[in-house]
Amino acid sequence: MNGIKFSWRLAPTTLAEAVSLSLTLLLLASGSSVLAQGHQSHSSPQTAVGPDAFQSAAARATPDASSTPIADSATMDHGSMQMQGGSPPEDARDPNAYSEGFERGTGEHVPPGVTRLELGDQHAFGNLRVNRLERVWTRRGSNLTSYDLQGRFGRDFDYLVVKAEGEVAKGKLHDSRTEFLWAHAVAGYWDTQLGVRLDKGTGRSREWLAAGIQGLAPYWFDLSATAYLGNGGRTALRLDGEYDWRLTQKLILKPRTEWTFYGKDDRENGRGKGLSTATAGVRLRYEITRQIAPYVGVEWQKSFGRTSDFVRASGGRDSQTRWVAGLSFWF
Amino acid sequence: MQALAAGGAFGAFGHLPAWSQETLVAARTGTPPELRGPNFDLTLAETTVNFDGRTGIATTINGSLPGPTLRMREGETVTIRVTNRLRETASIHWHGIILPFQMDGVPGVSFAGIAPGETFTYRYTLEQSGTYWYHSHSGMQELTGIYGAMIVEPRDGERIRADREHVVLLSDWTGTDPMRALHKLKAQGDVFNQNRPVMRELLRDVRTSGLSAALRERDMWNAMRMSPTDLADLSSTVLSYLINGSAPGANWTAQFKRGERVRLRCINGAGNTFYDVRLPGLKLTVVQMDGQDVEPVTVDEFRFGPGQTCDVLVQPTDDVYTIYAQSMDRTGYARGTLAVRQGLSAPVPALDTVQWLTMADMMGGMDHGGGHGAQTQSHQIDSGSNHGGMNHSAKGGMNHGAMGGMDHGSMSGMNHGAHGTASNDLAKPSTTVRHARTEWGPGTDMRVDMPRTNLDDPGVGLRNNGRRVLNLADLKTIGGPLDPRGAEREMELHLTGNMERYTWSLDGLAFADSKPLRFRYGERLRVILHNDTMMTHPMHLHGMWSELESPGGEFLARLHTIPVQPAQRVSFLVTADALGRWVWHCHLMFHMDMGMFREVVVA
Repeated sequence: MNGIKFSWRLAPTTLAEAVSLSLTLLLLASGSSVLAQGHQSHSSPQTAVGPDAFQSAAARATPDASSTPIADSATMDHGSMQMQGGSPPEDARDPNAYSEGFERGTGEHVPPGVTRLELGDQHAFGNLRVNRLERVWTRRGSNLTSYDLQGRFGRDFDYLVVKAEGEVAKGKLHDSRTEFLWAHAVAGYWDTQLGVRLDKGTGRSREWLAAGIQGLAPYWFDLSATAYLGNGGRTALRLDGEYDWRLTQKLILKPRTEWTFYGKDDRENGRGKGLSTATAGVRLRYEITRQIAPYVGVEWQKSFGRTSDFVRASGGRDSQTRWVAGLSFWF
Repeated sequence: MQALAAGGAFGAFGHLPAWSQETLVAARTGTPPELRGPNFDLTLAETTVNFDGRTGIATTINGSLPGPTLRMREGETVTIRVTNRLRETASIHWHGIILPFQMDGVPGVSFAGIAPGETFTYRYTLEQSGTYWYHSHSGMQELTGIYGAMIVEPRDGERIRADREHVVLLSDWTGTDPMRALHKLKAQGDVFNQNRPVMRELLRDVRTSGLSAALRERDMWNAMRMSPTDLADLSSTVLSYLINGSAPGANWTAQFKRGERVRLRCINGAGNTFYDVRLPGLKLTVVQMDGQDVEPVTVDEFRFGPGQTCDVLVQPTDDVYTIYAQSMDRTGYARGTLAVRQGLSAPVPALDTVQWLTMADMMGGMDHGGGHGAQTQSHQIDSGSNHGGMNHSAKGGMNHGAMGGMDHGSMSGMNHGAHGTASNDLAKPSTTVRHARTEWGPGTDMRVDMPRTNLDDPGVGLRNNGRRVLNLADLKTIGGPLDPRGAEREMELHLTGNMERYTWSLDGLAFADSKPLRFRYGERLRVILHNDTMMTHPMHLHGMWSELESPGGEFLARLHTIPVQPAQRVSFLVTADALGRWVWHCHLMFHMDMGMFREVVVA
């Protein structure tokens, strides 16, 4: 039954990835100096990357939380049987050693007039995903339209990302967040992101520097965590996660959750210090093709602490159920 | 900037204004015309096609898809004038042919390519015989129709006795611009996978084998973010599967007379598809592989990947048989008929059910007790432990018997140091796994530390299917190796990729970031291919034969394209007798274009 043991031994290791990821990000949020430090450790290419990077970042700060899973991974059967992530051992093979000094497209035996071959691995690719374009209904009848999209353009490991999310009610942009980020791949499934965020809407516009990570955690959880630094020492943190639960090839249930934190009260925008809002919902979509899928869903949104005070003060409710129907597509 | 860059295909595919499409002629499909040497004239141009309703613009040779079948003779010097009437640079590569590198037809490496409106003259002397094929080596032109069969008749007459022969050229047609399909794969690696694991299957497995077994089977895959149904990048969602340029509905028919022995020269000229070929009711006697005669082996079915050729003899007793070639991912098939006259058809089998990849496909040699396969850089395999538990999965068709071919004698290879290339150790391929430093980057989604080295596995989807299926260990090229020398040096290369990002590479480095591989002129070199991915890659080395060997170092077969299964480690010997610049790549077109590609310098 060693096979079973093996697979369950992998689980805590990989779960640790997710746990330590969250921990790291909580740390990032707790202050701008930590943010700067944290970002360094994620974007610097020479740093150990991938799950280990998350583990080590968390391990430095909270040894108790992560030491167990790391120890577990270290004692995994077969020692180096680590099929993903990690960092190369000292004696790892040099991939260029077999060239013995030869270069592509130049030197001995290159016929005259030949320009060095280029393939598609040098091309830039792009796509735009409209994850949510939906009509939202709440019990109080404050209906609105909500959007969430993400576009990317660039090469495999370095590219531009645009993220835009917002709500439109009664023809007016109510609340929006738009980010322009440079994404850099640091591990098989993880990218760091660095850039700016612009908030616009009925409240006061805000500009932020943004630094985060986005990727696919073990067990296929899409996670993203971004820390923000704004004017006057404002800080913020956003965490979101989602999962595609395929009932059939076409019918897919997507649970999704999103958490926002702020370092300071922002009365004009109704945001309070600490955990500000949390959202959890499910959407059931039908993929007409892989690229276009109508959906329906329900979402619970709750404000916490000072944020809920602000919401109540302005006559709102600090928690609400939202029914949604919309379309997701990409091209 | 080389015109071989993938973007070039945009111009040739579906983006023409309507008026200009009307001026194009329709391609001739079905059995192509046959041309005989020593002089050939080939013209590349755009034509229209319609495959069971899927229409598009093809790039074709002499207006035919496939291109004309070229017949040549061993020892003959052929002159082939190729005129490019496309709007982009083109080329023709003679797949598996031994020739001077300037005639090899790889733009940017062996020549400058053939500019629009120009003619390039290929001239070389044939030093070999057998079934081969030729195709464009520029952009996506091969996917859009530039390929054809090439038959070289032996100088001293045919050793394989047959009363009649047919070329069976299997290929695939992307119903959309190949670059669009590639864009979609870059956005979502499983966009064309029709067999993604779903809840319904889980419930079924819970019913049949219990909750814990069902979860256990899925745990590893999910933990590693790998799909057990990642069998092909492209499926019938976008592909039409063709036999001699004919979709299944066209029922391409090869005729024979009763009592005849028929030779089928099967060629896989697909861009994406591994085909599992059989003729229900007939035994197939495999007599040639990659153009080289092999000791006859009789099977029910064989799998071959893009680039490979396989000649079989059949002795029909009935009037009609279906030639059935399923795609490896079981979403479609190419189909033709072998019959005594036109207009007949035999039943077309249903597609086989999809088999999931097994733990052996992911982790290689984990499941043979004792783990004699290979060892990791710094850790001995604990030979006392029993890893037999890997096979518990309900879908895991991998039988222990298939591991029987493991040569336990290769234990001696375990004494290799970190470099494993000490000359006295070269009788057998090294079993020390040496991942490249660059395999720890974002372009690589996994590494296999304990690969399987047995060659007798027919591969996922064919295991325990009740039919005798050809495997690599069955192959024995008649006459033995071309060069009696043993390996003088070893080169280890890892096949790598990341399905989520849809990146493909060797040693974790895509072509753009790579340096050439240098083969020292005159040496006898062992190349070890170690597959760190979940897909099978048909690896094609230009210019020199790849002489496949067993895990114990015995010669098996002389090939030009070697399929390497997931988590498998295979080795072959090469005699570096062909000075010049060559290339070596995965023959799945998108893997090649994404950088699973190397330049080779023999100097």
